[in-house]
Amino acid sequence: MTEILETEAEANTRRRAQVRNSLSRRNRAEQRFKLLGLGSVLAAMAFVAVLFGNILTNGLPAFWQYNVDAEVYFDPEVINVPDVPVHQAGQSEADFQAEMLGWQRRLAMVNWNRILVASVEGALAEAGADTEIDARSAQSIIDSGARFVLRDMVLADPAIIGERREMQLLLSADGDNWAKGKLSRDLPDDRQQLSRPARDAIDRLEEAGIVHRAFAWHIFTNVDSRSSPASAGLAGAFVGSFYMMLVVILLAVPIGVSSAIYLEEFAPKNPFTDLIEVNINNLAAVPSIVFGLLGAAVFINIFHLPLSAPVVGGLVLTLMTLPTVIIATRSALRAVPPSLRQAALGIGASKTQMVFHHVLPVTYPGILTASILGVAQALGETAPLLLIGMNAFVANVPATPMDQSAALPVQIYLWQGNENRNFFEERTFAAIIVLLALMIVLNALAIWLRGRLERKA
Amino acid sequence: MNATSDTSPMGANRIVPSAPASSAGAESRISARDVTVHYGEKQAIFGVSMDVPEKSVTAFIGPSGCGKSTFLRCFNRMNDTIEGCRVGGEITIDGEDIHDPALDVVELRARVGMVFQKPNPFPKSIYDNIAYGPRIHGLVKSKAETDALVESSLKKAGLWKEVSDRLDQPGTGLSGGQQQRLCIARTIATGPEVILMDEPCSALDPIATSIVEDLIHELREQYTIIIVTHSMQQAARVSQKTAFFHLGKLIEYGETEQIFVNPKEKQTEAYITGRIG
Amino acid sequence: MTSVLIAALALILMGVAYQQGVSRSRALSGASRLHSRPQYHGAFLALWATVPLLLVLLIWVVTSGMIQDWYIARQLPADILPGTTDYASAASRLRNIASGFGVAGEVAAWETEAGEGLARFMTILRLSIVALGALVGIACLLVMRARLSPRLRARNHVETVIKTVLIFCSVVAILTTIGIVLSLVTETIRFFTYVSPVDFFFGTVWNPGYSTTSNEASGSYGMLPLLVGTIMISAIAMLVALPVGLMSAIWLTQYASPRLRNVIKPVIEVLAGIPTIVYGFFALVTVGPALAGFGEMIGLDINATSALTAGIVMGIMIIPFISSLSDDIIRQVPRAMRDGSLGLGATKSETIRMVIVPAALPGIVGAILLAVSRAIGETMIVVLAAGNAPILRFDPTEPVSTFTVTIVTALTGDADFASPQSLVAFALGLTLFVITLMLNIGALAIVRKYREQYE
Repeated sequence: MTEILETEAEANTRRRAQVRNSLSRRNRAEQRFKLLGLGSVLAAMAFVAVLFGNILTNGLPAFWQYNVDAEVYFDPEVINVPDVPVHQAGQSEADFQAEMLGWQRRLAMVNWNRILVASVEGALAEAGADTEIDARSAQSIIDSGARFVLRDMVLADPAIIGERREMQLLLSADGDNWAKGKLSRDLPDDRQQLSRPARDAIDRLEEAGIVHRAFAWHIFTNVDSRSSPASAGLAGAFVGSFYMMLVVILLAVPIGVSSAIYLEEFAPKNPFTDLIEVNINNLAAVPSIVFGLLGAAVFINIFHLPLSAPVVGGLVLTLMTLPTVIIATRSALRAVPPSLRQAALGIGASKTQMVFHHVLPVTYPGILTASILGVAQALGETAPLLLIGMNAFVANVPATPMDQSAALPVQIYLWQGNENRNFFEERTFAAIIVLLALMIVLNALAIWLRGRLERKA
Repeated sequence: MNATSDTSPMGANRIVPSAPASSAGAESRISARDVTVHYGEKQAIFGVSMDVPEKSVTAFIGPSGCGKSTFLRCFNRMNDTIEGCRVGGEITIDGEDIHDPALDVVELRARVGMVFQKPNPFPKSIYDNIAYGPRIHGLVKSKAETDALVESSLKKAGLWKEVSDRLDQPGTGLSGGQQQRLCIARTIATGPEVILMDEPCSALDPIATSIVEDLIHELREQYTIIIVTHSMQQAARVSQKTAFFHLGKLIEYGETEQIFVNPKEKQTEAYITGRIG
Repeated sequence: MTSVLIAALALILMGVAYQQGVSRSRALSGASRLHSRPQYHGAFLALWATVPLLLVLLIWVVTSGMIQDWYIARQLPADILPGTTDYASAASRLRNIASGFGVAGEVAAWETEAGEGLARFMTILRLSIVALGALVGIACLLVMRARLSPRLRARNHVETVIKTVLIFCSVVAILTTIGIVLSLVTETIRFFTYVSPVDFFFGTVWNPGYSTTSNEASGSYGMLPLLVGTIMISAIAMLVALPVGLMSAIWLTQYASPRLRNVIKPVIEVLAGIPTIVYGFFALVTVGPALAGFGEMIGLDINATSALTAGIVMGIMIIPFISSLSDDIIRQVPRAMRDGSLGLGATKSETIRMVIVPAALPGIVGAILLAVSRAIGETMIVVLAAGNAPILRFDPTEPVSTFTVTIVTALTGDADFASPQSLVAFALGLTLFVITLMLNIGALAIVRKYREQYE
């Protein structure tokens, strides 16, 4: 008996020694594993930081563009148009319109560039620069969109002809690049985008404070433009995306919520509803581009809906967002305690009354959040839109959802492919900032609304 | 999170255990002094002190929520794994403070094994379930050694005959009682000196329960066992000493027979006779 | 203009009908107890008034094109034969004159007359249809109003309509799937009339030479280069996302304090909310050149746009996907399992590696399958950063092409929709759809089984 006890004690001692021996190795392994986990988390957070840092540092400068403070002389010799027609007594409406159109056409034909060149020369003189500048170089400094600005000013108020106005003229894309130092100053003349006089002029004007940065509001108010990239903006894309989101909200949310209500509250358990269930889960994981193919084949090719139209984009995105809304609404409905249902049925409510008067109101926060998140997701979707022709260049703000239009993510795609990489890279990052900001606002809205509604409930 | 000297205001409630006169020869290897446990703001154990005799079964009884399981988990510092749980006071095994920073919790748990309320075999084969502990602790060097250890552990747990022909089958495929004995075998395999059992039979049917109880009876020869149970009958059947807990306090601690036949405290008596519970 | 008018008409009719129903049933309720509340009588009448109006309009929408064609056919001179291109262009000239859009070139007198006739005809028809719809609606309203009685089960009728609408909405999801499958399959079959399926599925050369005549397949359409590109990029993405995502999930569930976890988790999940076009541009402008520069440093020739660039960035995109799925799955492993291992003296990492991860393995495998399916279907990152070079090779530092890239190129080019150059997009789409569908079904089955195991 004693012998056995001794061996047992010995065994205990041996085991304790073995365990102790293994400790340092195991604790090192523990530390390594923990560091690996921490490293992974840090790596993931670093990706977030790098991504956002990269986007912000590259994109923010695009929101400030260089302008020239110049005095613009609406020279009547250059703007050589007759007086603006007035509606004569006895003149038919159609004749007046024709005359007006003729006048406007004359206005459009005016050599606005001469006025711009004169303004640049004036600015240079003001800066006290003795450099001579040829018309071509002077013209290359200013964004070509300025011509339309001047024309529109005359259109709005013909009395301006012959007057002088202090204006801020946007620098051209090349001019902006030069002023921002994005073009190498060491390149020989023949490889520079701008002629030497133009470059010198910008430098002089900047020294004199006449060329300076200003916030580029036109990014939000102008439409896309190829001829005058410096003044290209996102207005068309905004409205296009807005129409699409409108379609998504008007279709995906009611259909999705109704579908979820039916499946969760009314549907009998049978193979058909099982099929719907499996089908929705799988639909949620179908690649977005497949929805684009569906849009191209059905909406465009069979129903002949217009290409590039927000309504088609909205329909495709609706089908894509539907499963998300259905799944989220169902889980919100499932979270409603059965006691609430029993209570409603117990006081004599019909099933429909129970669902719509008692169960559904409780789930509003969940449905709302899911809907907003679904819309945010749809807002950033690009691939399916490319397949229904939304990658077309559209320089208009769409008046209706049936008109051709751009969309924010597609605008990013278009700008990144612009040949003028030097200028448009920054611009693309700026568009990305705008898109992300919108998505962050939507997400914040979802969180805020959720908190508010849940507190009320 | 580890024990710092917790100044318990409840010192007055501390129970000085009555000297175990009749259990001569049983040394007190485990002793707890003024142990307190807090979950966040809430205090769960109020200054409990006791000595647990070696190679015997000690039962903790009391109504649910009385802190008996929490107190049990102090002995192998399982409370460390619960977020926001703080343990105060002093617990020693063989005179070593288990909260000593020099002592690795791994080493402590290798010495003080634990069997849980619900059988929790790992999602591995029966063999790997048993070999898990010895392997991680480096107790076995070769396949032969492992084989031998697995066999002896299963034999000690009385499970060898039932599973020897299907050691490669998953442990989750066994019946509830078998699973619990597998968990006991798994604990034995690491060669502990103390086994803590947290209501080991609460998830088992009466037949499986009686088998496990018989097993506890045999294991007493070799191990110091502390068992938490909600069944007074079980405590009476398997234990030599019994501690009665109520609302986080140790009310009475003594020979099992004495507790059940002749409780000194009113509350114990009330519980035994079924007036509180 | 007309649509606003019609909407207003429908709304007015609906409002009047509802009002009628409510007031009439109130009057009835004096006599005896109503079966349904007055609101239901109102809704009952509103439905009966508006639905017939909408039905009439629906019939008009469907048939108006045919009616217009019939009228045009009568106007056109007999020498222009139906079915010819002349006929089609003459018809479209008439339509354009009618709509006031105008046409190019000389307008013949008969054209002006016919066009104006068409416009008049259609306007009269449209107005009479609206009037007809309104009449039918009002007639139904009057008939049903007379039938209102205290015992009318108005509520049940209204509820049946509601339920029907709900069922219809649930079927939209099914219709979508059917639409996807049908459109992909029919266009794929059309594609296979130009190119044999064997050449498509097993061909190793992708070169859909854009021919001038769209009706012949002059190029080769072997999809293997695209398949290899797709697999390569997905594999690289998983190599990035799996370790980082899984280890993050482990650290967050097992090591991080709840407070830290509540801060870090949303930050990582930000990655999931960023549109893929943003990742694509980031890959193109930042990651690609950085990789090329790094390659130059270590003497390796890495293309700025390559499988590696696209794969790494896609991996970053998938990290939150893996980490949040794994997070859920790991948290479902019962605590008892963890305690059992810790109680035996295992360290935390031993418990995780040898007990928790094996226990969660089926769920994690499901998550991986879902992530792979996502990687395969991802488009914008590869369009921008993979280089679009459909050549069969296995070097990740070279540009490659994928299914999705080729679908985009095929359908955004100038090729005619009916040409094989465009139709191939649907064959690729179908292949992509089938692959992702199988991955999803498999993954969902595994995950569901896993959940049941611990419930």
